Amino acid sequence: MNIKSYPYILIAPSILFLLAFFVYPFIEVFSQAFTTSNGEITLKNFDTIFNDFNFLPSLKNTLLLALVVVPVQLCMAIGMSLMISKMKKGRDTVLYIWTIPLGISDLAAGIIWLALLDQNGFLNSFLFSVGIIDGPESWLNYNNPVAIFAAIVFAEIWRATAILLVILVSGIGLIPKEYYEAAEIFGANAWVRLWKVTLPLLRPSLQTALILRTLLAFEVFAVVMILGGTNMPVLMGEAFNWAFSYRDAGAAAAYAVVILGLSVAFTLFYLKVLHVPKEAQI
Amino acid sequence: MSNLNQDVSLEQEIQAADNKNKVWKWLFISSAAFMISWILFPIYLLIVSALSSAEVVNGWPKAFVPEFDMETLQFFMNYYGVLGALKNSLIAAVFTMVISIGLGTPAGYALARFEFRGKETFRMMILLTRAFPMPLLALPLAVIFINVGLDDTLFGLSLVHAALALPFAVLITSSLFLGIPVELEEAAWVLGCNRWQAFMKVVMPLALPGLTASAVFAFVISWNEVFAAAVLTINNQTLTAFLVQSLSSSPAEVKFAGGLILIMPAILFLFVVRKYLFSMWGIANR
Repeated sequence: MNIKSYPYILIAPSILFLLAFFVYPFIEVFSQAFTTSNGEITLKNFDTIFNDFNFLPSLKNTLLLALVVVPVQLCMAIGMSLMISKMKKGRDTVLYIWTIPLGISDLAAGIIWLALLDQNGFLNSFLFSVGIIDGPESWLNYNNPVAIFAAIVFAEIWRATAILLVILVSGIGLIPKEYYEAAEIFGANAWVRLWKVTLPLLRPSLQTALILRTLLAFEVFAVVMILGGTNMPVLMGEAFNWAFSYRDAGAAAAYAVVILGLSVAFTLFYLKVLHVPKEAQI
Repeated sequence: MSNLNQDVSLEQEIQAADNKNKVWKWLFISSAAFMISWILFPIYLLIVSALSSAEVVNGWPKAFVPEFDMETLQFFMNYYGVLGALKNSLIAAVFTMVISIGLGTPAGYALARFEFRGKETFRMMILLTRAFPMPLLALPLAVIFINVGLDDTLFGLSLVHAALALPFAVLITSSLFLGIPVELEEAAWVLGCNRWQAFMKVVMPLALPGLTASAVFAFVISWNEVFAAAVLTINNQTLTAFLVQSLSSSPAEVKFAGGLILIMPAILFLFVVRKYLFSMWGIANR
């Protein structure tokens, strides 16, 4: 056998697998969204979901959630990764603990925050013991959309900051020490070094981190199901309802196309805003 | 006299700088400690909930220390459907692990060791899957699976989970093989091994810890996945699908016990894979 064919034989299984379970379903989403069950091309599915009373709220909630959660997480992750880069003793332990949520599903994270914020939960117990409230109070109900939203924000920030952290820590590790030494010689203090050296050179990592995190924010699903139930519709939850509860694959596919569209739009946005010219890369 | 004054002021300055440093250090340590407890305290409270009796879980007000009562966990284990769901989760996760490592390792080796046309395209395709809401693909696949008889099977589900895990497997194994000097392999060739033998005898033992880590990661991806599992399984629910679909009907203690079971592998396995965290997420952007 020709040695030139080795790599192709080695990657062939992955390629075939990805064609079958990534490319094909990707095309199939569109065909299901834009056709009727008889195969005619139609916009009926989009009509169905756009006219559903949950569509606009779910779009609004999903975008708002991403808009609130992602910037907070970005700032936290930058701060935490800078702290990690300054640590000597205990760095590995701290990094391990800070990245534990990386392995925790959004479902489990939702359950954890439910234990805290439930009517009989720990937050209420604490507030009771210091005398702020008189008895169990239910925050997470339909009268209190802001509380539900806040609960989901906390759970999401708790769970998904670790992804940004890992990407940024490795990004900071790639910045040569000489840049900092030079900046210090020219009298730049820590604050100036952060803005003039670290952040600009971190741009590729910031880009990757923001893209990944924002797309994950559009996929938010189980946390919302647990903490908000039907009181806070989100896009992914609606897609699930149409597929699972209403048994309408076309409408679910239409939701999928909407989420895909948002993902692509935001990816392009980040690629443009945080663009790093080839010659400026380290 | 003036000399003495100077000395005193210098000493004061050093003292002041020292104090400032101390303040910074204190601030640094306390904010690190705060972030550590921000992560750990909620997990601790979940453990407290799962290790309390049902009365305490639904009682008021809650104590912040566990009573180490196994009633809730026992109740959870005997709760209708839980054991089956747990078993299904394990099976799907093992399938996912086998598929993604089995397919991903050769591809990772090819990326690390060969220059070939289409290499960059392949790498782009792998990266592209990451910039993509993969669980959504469960929606069309649910329809397709019905046609090919894979609906409501754990194998079908693990195919979707493997599509999620495969890109990671390729990237991790490729960086793993890059870290093993090609000279070692060449030495084995010179000594009469063929490529396969050299791989198995030289590269494999060195790569094994990393391969284990990436297998563990694939396991956790499948174990944690909610959306595709909930869409694709009906009778063969995994634990995540079971918990999501019985949210409104199951009592609080079942949720908390389920939550504890769900995070156990994450915490243990992350400890195993922590050395490889960076090749999974970070390095991929260059």
